[in-house]
Amino acid sequence: MTIQLLAFYFFAFFAVLGALLVISLRNPVHAVLSLVMTFFSVACIWMLLDAEFLALALIVVYVGAVMVLFLFVVMMLDIKVAAAREGFIRYLPVGIGVALIMLAEMIAMIGVRAMRVAPPPNPATMRGESNVAWIGQALYTRYLLPFEVAALILTVGIVAAVALTLRQRTGVRHQSASQQVAAVARDRVRLVSMPAERGDDGAKS
Amino acid sequence: MLADLLLVLWTLIKILAIVLPLVIAVAMFVYWERKVLGWMHVRMGPNQVGPLGLLQAFADVVKLLIKEIVVPTNASRFLFFLAPMLALVPALAAWAVIPFGDGVVLSNANAGILYLLAMTSLGVYGIIIAGWASNSRYAMLGAMRSAAQVVSYELAMGLALVCVLVLAGSLNLSDIVRAQQGGLLHWFWLPLLPMVVVYFVSGVAETNRAPFDVAEGESEIVAGFHVEYSGAAFALFFLAEYANMILVSFLTPIFFFGGWMSPFPAGWGAIGDGSFFWLLAKAFLVSFLFLWFRASFPRYRYDQIMRLGWKVFIPIALLWVLVAGCLKYFHIVTPGA
Repeated sequence: MTIQLLAFYFFAFFAVLGALLVISLRNPVHAVLSLVMTFFSVACIWMLLDAEFLALALIVVYVGAVMVLFLFVVMMLDIKVAAAREGFIRYLPVGIGVALIMLAEMIAMIGVRAMRVAPPPNPATMRGESNVAWIGQALYTRYLLPFEVAALILTVGIVAAVALTLRQRTGVRHQSASQQVAAVARDRVRLVSMPAERGDDGAKS
Repeated sequence: MLADLLLVLWTLIKILAIVLPLVIAVAMFVYWERKVLGWMHVRMGPNQVGPLGLLQAFADVVKLLIKEIVVPTNASRFLFFLAPMLALVPALAAWAVIPFGDGVVLSNANAGILYLLAMTSLGVYGIIIAGWASNSRYAMLGAMRSAAQVVSYELAMGLALVCVLVLAGSLNLSDIVRAQQGGLLHWFWLPLLPMVVVYFVSGVAETNRAPFDVAEGESEIVAGFHVEYSGAAFALFFLAEYANMILVSFLTPIFFFGGWMSPFPAGWGAIGDGSFFWLLAKAFLVSFLFLWFRASFPRYRYDQIMRLGWKVFIPIALLWVLVAGCLKYFHIVTPGA
């Protein structure tokens, strides 16, 4: 039990530290990497809660793909640090407002949790099933409709993103791989058989 | 408390029992690679250090370790040194869920495939950070190429693994091997033949090996992301790349060729029994393909890599998820039969 508690404090410390660094570091690339650290630490905390699927999905999706693309973009942009700092005072009231609302929501949630006598036991461990199998069972039976609707919305999002950024450029020479593969030497080179010529001066000079 | 400490110590011993042979395997694999490439080019390969040149890799390690580490001007020092470690840690951590035999596994995690996907997707950070922290244009180009390539091929690889887990009905790697019980024709390579190709080629692309080694691309961007690294820091990148290569060589047999199981019928005595040596033999054959590819194929152009990943592999893999579902639904393939 003690080792689990120690591990929790360890991961929680790095999650909070990373979150603080995201908003305090001057270099945007460093800030993105701190965000990665926060995500990873939170995934580790979820792992401690036996939420294997959520923890690994967080790493695969957010750390492994979304943040890589984020980093990709931030590295390519030439962000002026001073310009990014300019609006700090102006946006401070909005930021504080959002933070206060989130704080109130969290306190409310914790309060509701505390009113319960005991937290309900983990249904997956009760049945001796793995967390992943349990989530799969729940998603594809009880919550099938919301799950499919979410998938549909995501697909529409992908199509919309492609449609918005797609532009037909003219004057670009495209390669058609199928055409290249289908090319035959016969179509490209014409072999002509002609008798060797015997000239008077051609060979000598 | 004492029991906890003993457990931690015992786990550490088990980790060492995997990592130390792995590091030695990397050294021997580098030697084997140079020998094979030599033979394919009608050369000798390394033959001076030790008998048959066997100690060449160890001599190279010593050479790298005593070399100076040069930090480029204006490089981000902390990230510059963090990057090789970030490349190596996931490459070693992924070995935790590999079943070397029936029940011989460090962590019999239920979400084994997810864990592997998570670890392989973390490996790209070492490359990106190395490219950015080096303060070099070549390194930056290599990092950009690698980021795009790894993210693209992860999708095809993930979909190939979805087919495997649909047929096996489990994410646990030991269970996946057990689901292939029943001899050569029950292994998953037969119902998932296109996925074997997709998975292995994606594995080659994920490990940045030839013909997909645009992240290094010696002829275009010198050595890509690790151009500024020397000495021990370079050695870590090298170790990570080869550890990943051997990892893919072990995973391909585990997912598609029956893991530790023997290709012969069970009645044939010792060679019919499954053991670690069968897995090792299969992994050796698969790892040979990496070297064969490297000696045979010219490097893909960057846009051709993207085309292969997005327009060829992902549609095939998506279709085969459907095929695998049908195979399972109509009981054409039943796990563990």
